[in-house]
Amino acid sequence: MAEKHAITLNANGKDYRISVEARRTLADALRDDCGLTGTHLGCEHGVCGACTVLVDGKPVRSCLMFAVQAEGQAVRTVEGLAKGEVLHPLQKAFWENHGLQCGFCTPGFLMLATGALEAEPDLSEAELRDILSSNLCRCTGYQNIIKSVCAAASEMRACPPSADR
Amino acid sequence: MSWIGRSLPRLEDPSLLVGQGRYVADLARGAAAVKFVRSPIAAGRILGIEAPEGELVFTAADLAGVRPICPILHRPDYIAVEQPVLAKDRVMFCGQALAIVVAADQGLAEDLAEQVFADIEAEDAIIDFEGALAEGAAAVHAHAPGNVLVEGKLRSPGLDAVFADAAEIVALDLRSGRQSAMPLEGRGGLARYDDISGRVTLYASVQMPHMLRTGIADTLMMPESDLRVVAPDVGGGFGQKMSLFPEYVALVWLARHLKRDLAWIEDRRENFLASAHSRDQAFSVRGAFAKDGTLLGLDADLKSNVGAFSCYPVTCGVEPLMALAELPGPYKVAEYGVRSRGVTTNTGMMAPYRGVSRPMLTLTMERMMDVAARRLGLDPLEIRRRNLIDTFPHRSPTGLVYDEGSYKEAMERAAEAIDVAAFRERQAKARAQGRHLGIGFSVFSERTGYGTPAYAARGMGIVPGYEIVSCTMDPSGFVEARIGSSPHGQGLKTALAQLIADELGTVPEKVRIISGDTDATPYGWGTFASRSMVIAGGACKLAAGKVAVRLKIVAAVLMQAKAEDVVLEDGLARVVGTNLSLPIPEVARAAYHQSHRFPEAGPGLVENATYDPGGTFSNACHACIVEVDVETGGVTIERFVVAEDAGLLINPMIVDGQIHGGVAQGIANALFEELVYDETGNLLTVSLADYLPPTIAEMPTIEIEHLVTITDASITKAKGVGEGGAIGAPAAVLNAIVDALSPYGVELFQMPATPQRIRALIRDAERKAHG
Repeated sequence: MAEKHAITLNANGKDYRISVEARRTLADALRDDCGLTGTHLGCEHGVCGACTVLVDGKPVRSCLMFAVQAEGQAVRTVEGLAKGEVLHPLQKAFWENHGLQCGFCTPGFLMLATGALEAEPDLSEAELRDILSSNLCRCTGYQNIIKSVCAAASEMRACPPSADR
Repeated sequence: MSWIGRSLPRLEDPSLLVGQGRYVADLARGAAAVKFVRSPIAAGRILGIEAPEGELVFTAADLAGVRPICPILHRPDYIAVEQPVLAKDRVMFCGQALAIVVAADQGLAEDLAEQVFADIEAEDAIIDFEGALAEGAAAVHAHAPGNVLVEGKLRSPGLDAVFADAAEIVALDLRSGRQSAMPLEGRGGLARYDDISGRVTLYASVQMPHMLRTGIADTLMMPESDLRVVAPDVGGGFGQKMSLFPEYVALVWLARHLKRDLAWIEDRRENFLASAHSRDQAFSVRGAFAKDGTLLGLDADLKSNVGAFSCYPVTCGVEPLMALAELPGPYKVAEYGVRSRGVTTNTGMMAPYRGVSRPMLTLTMERMMDVAARRLGLDPLEIRRRNLIDTFPHRSPTGLVYDEGSYKEAMERAAEAIDVAAFRERQAKARAQGRHLGIGFSVFSERTGYGTPAYAARGMGIVPGYEIVSCTMDPSGFVEARIGSSPHGQGLKTALAQLIADELGTVPEKVRIISGDTDATPYGWGTFASRSMVIAGGACKLAAGKVAVRLKIVAAVLMQAKAEDVVLEDGLARVVGTNLSLPIPEVARAAYHQSHRFPEAGPGLVENATYDPGGTFSNACHACIVEVDVETGGVTIERFVVAEDAGLLINPMIVDGQIHGGVAQGIANALFEELVYDETGNLLTVSLADYLPPTIAEMPTIEIEHLVTITDASITKAKGVGEGGAIGAPAAVLNAIVDALSPYGVELFQMPATPQRIRALIRDAERKAHG
């Protein structure tokens, strides 16, 4: 139907030259045009947060942002968290603490927590709970999610991941 | 070294953590998009459907040769109803699919769907029990006047006598709101058409891939072998993904008709409207008690709103018949009378959801115990002590046989952990300050791991229950187990790998579990009803055990020992009492490549095994402390204790995860979630913002105590644990709310216990108090 716009989307440090309708969401562009399917869509209403990515370091619901709005900004998705084979402290903590079951919400929680802890490494458990309450999980009852995030937060404080992105 | 009992991090996780999970939508790039045009009207006659010319739009007329979905129960009280793939002549509920559109991408498909117009002559919709069961009510299905699709009854001969002699009769009317299992990933399918073979591969977010294949093949009248169903990574199911839905039939039909790849990925609104619902139940129950609190008899009228159709394969009997069979739960009841009905309405179809009827049964029994205790002047725990089953095997009034459990012990453990005496002190102090704290208990049984006998007893036309496992050790010593069960987030593969590793003396990392692919796994029933660890686990243990026998024969020949002296452990085949050993991979290679030397073992290391057990019962007690804000009606859960007996724990971390998630859904059912229809049958709650699933802000920390009863009813000694959290939590929460509000003398028999409902109770109590 509508005219397409050629844009360059920078995701995980890589430029993707894509052509999208103005109405195409960032989530759809990441998934369908860039092939980054780690970002999941749980509601497309901005409620569940499964599609959370970082845009210029800030957590964003990628279902509520248009792809064309993200041009010129640095987008980070779950695919960019690990360095090669080495898991990010949050990924490692989710694994060790059973912070995921079906795994559908996990990329959103990982990016939300990454954004929060990069901005403020010294968040308390109460503050982290407050931040994590913006996303939904149906499997875990959240107990092992907060446990994982707290474990990762202390590891990140002890040994900050290098900010080379 | 045993792997059983260790909290091994899950083998499933690495790919999911780095964004390399493969959910259906992730596979759908390049496929054409399918969108269903859905009825905005709950009941009415279809006068016509207009669609733009030259576009790919299909209606019921195009699907003329396709059979309706029509599951069967062999019971005289069951009326079968047909669910067409697309509505034909009439619409039966708001959200029913009327037409299919196909376009190059999702956006274009949505644009096209908006140009399809259905002319529907609306009729009065029947939404609830009152409407459906009213004298002279219109029939939702013309051949089912009275709107009851299934009705089970039974009455023990001494029932009237115990009510006549009872010291106290407790009569309760309980209500559960309609709820959605609400997996975070909705339903979805990708049908790939193979030009050369004409075969279709359907990737679908489902719990029962083999059953889906049978169901689709039957409705399309095609050979099953022309269809492969694959359940890739599945983003939660909780029962909602275990039924055959029209959308999957349509996808396979379209792929064969258009000879192309097509994907349907439902959106959240569609998931609420057109996927399965559950728990819309109303129970009227009377309990006859002796003066000492003994429950003498139970007389129940149970109604389940099953919606417009009957879910395949388990049918709309699943909620009503579970309710009938299991109402007494963990309590001794000598006399039992029950009438349980599945009532059809112009609403979304009911299908299983984690717990199936038992959240409501447990709410019923546990509220009854508290009410009876108060009237008889007994402590709530004491009345339970006097009635809980404590000799095993226990035979219930409906003939269920309970294996060994720890019903009383679990309750005592929960009471101790939550410290009732200390709480009562704290409660009194808080009351003096105008704060309302309350404590509530919920004791329950969770029937799990039941095979064909249980389903056959229900009269199901399709009788599920067994699992077949094919276990292979390859020449390099790696193990593959192909299972018919189909996990969707539980971590089953890790737990099964632990079990198999112990049988074969290897490590879980060398055990690959293959599931969810009808081309690669034996026919099986999938993952539901807390069955997989018991049944697929049992079959894995048997199959791996048979492989172990052959390995030992080969090893014995190689080491010139007796097979019965060979043990498999730590990667070695060892001869006991000697220092002889061989690495297992060396033995495995010999089994394939030197088979002429081992005629007794035969070539290779492949074994099948089937397990079809009668079932077992897990048990638990939930205890929780809440604070009720009497100004707002808001409830905060301060503590939540679970004392759980799920038998032997294969992976305790995974078991705890199941409990956490189950309790969270139980709390959601108790306090927040409800699907609400308006009087015309229009669903009002179609986003997550309306449906109110809890976030971390609403969730307490769950404290878990494990009891371990070793049962003979499960060969792995594991009992199922998937549903317990959801079964027990609502009753504990509601009992705690009533306890908190005891100064007002209110009773609460409805879930969700929303702030509005709690405020209404308090307001009424205050009005009465002030005359």
